[in-house]
Amino acid sequence: MNVVIMGCGRVGSELAVTLSGEGHDVTIIDTNAYQFARFLPETFRGRQITGNGIDQDTLRRAGIEQADAFLAVTSGDNRNVMASQIAKHIFGVERVVCRIYDPAREQMYRKLGLRTTSPTKVGAWLIREALLADHTVPVDVPEGTGVNA
Amino acid sequence: MYTIIVGGGKVGYYLAKELAEAKANQDDEVLVIERDAAKCVEIMETLGEIVMRGDGCEAAIQEHAGAHRANLLLAVTGEDEDNLVACQVARHIFKVPRTVARINNPKNELIFRKLGIDFTVSATTAIMAHIEQELPLHSLISLQTLRHGFEIVEIRVPDDSGVVGHSIKDVLLPQQSIIWGIVDKDGTPKTAAADTVIHAGDEIVAVTQKESEDLLRSALTGPAPARSF
Repeated sequence: MNVVIMGCGRVGSELAVTLSGEGHDVTIIDTNAYQFARFLPETFRGRQITGNGIDQDTLRRAGIEQADAFLAVTSGDNRNVMASQIAKHIFGVERVVCRIYDPAREQMYRKLGLRTTSPTKVGAWLIREALLADHTVPVDVPEGTGVNA
Repeated sequence: MYTIIVGGGKVGYYLAKELAEAKANQDDEVLVIERDAAKCVEIMETLGEIVMRGDGCEAAIQEHAGAHRANLLLAVTGEDEDNLVACQVARHIFKVPRTVARINNPKNELIFRKLGIDFTVSATTAIMAHIEQELPLHSLISLQTLRHGFEIVEIRVPDDSGVVGHSIKDVLLPQQSIIWGIVDKDGTPKTAAADTVIHAGDEIVAVTQKESEDLLRSALTGPAPARSF
C-alpha cells in the first residue's frame, strides 16, 4: 500500500517504521523537520516531507493523489480531523484513519463516516488494568493487534 | 436571534461588540466562547457578561452555551482547523441552521464548502482582491466563489491580447467557462453575444471553474491568436 502519515511523533514514527518494514510505501509529514531526526532511525527508507498536512499543497507534495491510505496522528484533534476530511473528500483516498483524543468528537466524526480511533478510553483502561493487577508487569499491547476504542 | 461566536481574539471581540450594539430587539443575544482566561476577563470588563470560557470546538462546551437554540455560529479563531471543527460540531450535533467560518488559507474556501460550511470569510482573499484591482499585472480578479467549484472573475483585456478585434464566438475558452458580460473602456456595460467584438481595455466578466483560471486568463490576455472559423 502507498501510505501517507501526518505527524511524526512517537505514534507516527512507530507506524512509519512498522509499515515500511512490512513493505509498504510510506511518506511521513511533519511541520517540524527536527521530528524526523528525533524519531526515525537512519535505516528508514520512506519519504519525509516538511509541511503542514492541512494544506492541500503539502498533501500533494506528499503524493496524496496516489495514496491508498492516509493516517492522521498529530497531537491536534482538529488538525487530524481537517486533514482526514481533505484526504477523504477532496483527494478521494480510500482508507483514512484519524486519531481523535476527545471521545465525544471521535464519536461524531465516526458517525460522519471517518474511520476514527480514540486512544483516551483505551489508555485509561490499560492504566486501570495495571493498577489493579497483582503483579508489577505492565499490560502490554500484543504486537500487531489493532486497539479499538 | 441568538449568535454564538467561537474565538474572542480581535475579530471575535469586535464582532461581539458590533452585534451587541446593533441589537434590533430584546431577544437578540450574543455569546463569545474563548479559551484564554485573560481574554475572557477583557471581554467581560468591556462588553459585559457575554463571554464563556472554554474550547468552542468541544461538544460539551457548545451544549453549555445552548448551541441547540442558536440561530448562527461564527467561528473566528486564528486556526482554520479549529473553525472547521467548531462549525461541524454546531451543525451536526446541535443543528445550528447557519454557520460561518473565518479562514486564513484561501485554498480552504473550497474545502470548507465541500465539507458543508455555508459561508467562509477570508481576509487574505479580500486583501488580495484589493491589491489585484490596483495592480494592472494581475489581469484576472476573482470576484465571488460560487457552488460546484465555479467562480465569477473579472479580466481586463490588455492592448496586446490576441482576442482584441475578435468576436466572442471566435475565442477558444476553457471547458465550463462562459463570458457573461463586458464593461468597455468608457464604462458602458454590454451583453456578451456571440458576435460581440472584444476591444482592448474591456473588463470581461466571466464564470469559470477555479482550476481553469489560468487557462481563461491566457485565453483572453495572451498573445496567442484566437481560433478563426
